[in-house]
Amino acid sequence: MIEIKDVHKNFGENQVLRGVDLTIQKGETMVVIGRSGCGKSVLLKHIIGLLKPDRGKILVDGEDITSSNEGQLNKLRQKFGMLFQASALFDSMTVDENVGLGLREHTKMPEAEIKKKVGETLKLVGLSGIEEKKPAELSGGMKKRVGLARAIAMDPEYVLYDEPTTGIDPIMADVINELIINLRNTLAITSIAVTHDIVSAYKIADRIAMLYDGKIIFIGTPEETKNTDHPVVRQFIEGSAQGPIPAL
Amino acid sequence: MGRKTLTFFEDVGGLAILIKRVFLGLPFVFRRFRLTSEQMLLMGVNSLPLVALVSVFTGGVSAVQAVYQISDYVPMRYIGTAVSKAVMVELAPVLTALVVAGRVGAAIAAELGTMKVTEQIDALETLALDPVKYLVVPRFIAGLVMLPVLTIFADTIAILGGLGVSAVSLHVSPHVFLNGLQDFFKMMDLTSGLLKAFVFGSIISIIGCYQGFKTTGGAEGVGRSATRAVVISSGLILISDYVVASILFG
Repeated sequence: MIEIKDVHKNFGENQVLRGVDLTIQKGETMVVIGRSGCGKSVLLKHIIGLLKPDRGKILVDGEDITSSNEGQLNKLRQKFGMLFQASALFDSMTVDENVGLGLREHTKMPEAEIKKKVGETLKLVGLSGIEEKKPAELSGGMKKRVGLARAIAMDPEYVLYDEPTTGIDPIMADVINELIINLRNTLAITSIAVTHDIVSAYKIADRIAMLYDGKIIFIGTPEETKNTDHPVVRQFIEGSAQGPIPAL
Repeated sequence: MGRKTLTFFEDVGGLAILIKRVFLGLPFVFRRFRLTSEQMLLMGVNSLPLVALVSVFTGGVSAVQAVYQISDYVPMRYIGTAVSKAVMVELAPVLTALVVAGRVGAAIAAELGTMKVTEQIDALETLALDPVKYLVVPRFIAGLVMLPVLTIFADTIAILGGLGVSAVSLHVSPHVFLNGLQDFFKMMDLTSGLLKAFVFGSIISIIGCYQGFKTTGGAEGVGRSATRAVVISSGLILISDYVVASILFG
């Protein structure tokens, strides 16, 4: 379980998070929606310890990630996988090296087993036989899927998705959505996704939370989200320029 | 306090922390030597043609300048002495370092800067891998080792350049040139240059990595970091040249 308690974060004068409270239960897929630049990715980076909050706590299975030292943090991070918005594959490495990096560095698995595991993970995301390709040779959708393979190669308990469907065509976006659902169903992974793609949110989420003005202003199932009267959430899901959220 | 002053102290502090983390991460070199050897190849072997070009003309110009400056009151047999001392103590280490700062320092800052803005450095951290150990330590060791190696290469090429120009244009035979070099050679000439190269190599790698790590703002930011890496490294090379020379010869 992940508990985010009263998390605040400022960048200079800009108050990005102003007291975020959110609990993610084991095995669920929580989708955080919100406008671009509202702090969704910042929140995700706090959960995996890439950023430290100015105030507040983040507990992962009861352990406070915000007060962990580097060793404890790295241990906690091995419970996580993360898919980045632009995939963040290592340019200088092949697909095999990208996906197998965690296994090669953190386990004593023989090379043959690592190769096998990498092959299996790539198959899981529908990409077999591209082990020797470099990221530059892949399309946007393939990069996302390799990024996802890298995120799940170490069999993490939690996977964080930063805008998993941004920048790819709608069909590939649906492939990614299906993969996220499939991973939850087959591997019982707890997922936290941040997105402004409401179609994707409805499809993959068990619960949807909306981040607005640095706080979580709404939490509900996809059905509750569709039917809510909350004016901010309504404006966002309807994609309207008119309403309480300023358009500019 | 002005913004520039604050940035300056922030950079000094940031560099100090980076250097500390590099030293703590040094044992990692032996675990993943391939990362370091790749950097040695990029920094050292791939810089050889440029260093050779600069060195051969440096040696040639040193010979011409030496003749112009000393021919009225010093016998020509000392031209080998003048060229070799100028090359080994000062010209080869400094010019090699400036060339490598332009070529490799900028490349390090651009590569790590691109990794920063495309979240590859964050991705390393999420895999519970320390970016300093993975990216900085191999480059630091490569700089530390390859700059002295390149300097020895530059010494040799520059002296040969000086010898060639002396023989062809100044009518000083290679035999006389080499005798002049040998007669007044001191081991200190060579070691002082190599010590400087050692310092310059560390500066180039650390500044390149630091600038890369603090890159923000996409392609424009990457360009800015590469430029800054070259400018700051070049400045620090010249300042540390003076400091090392003052300590050794002052």
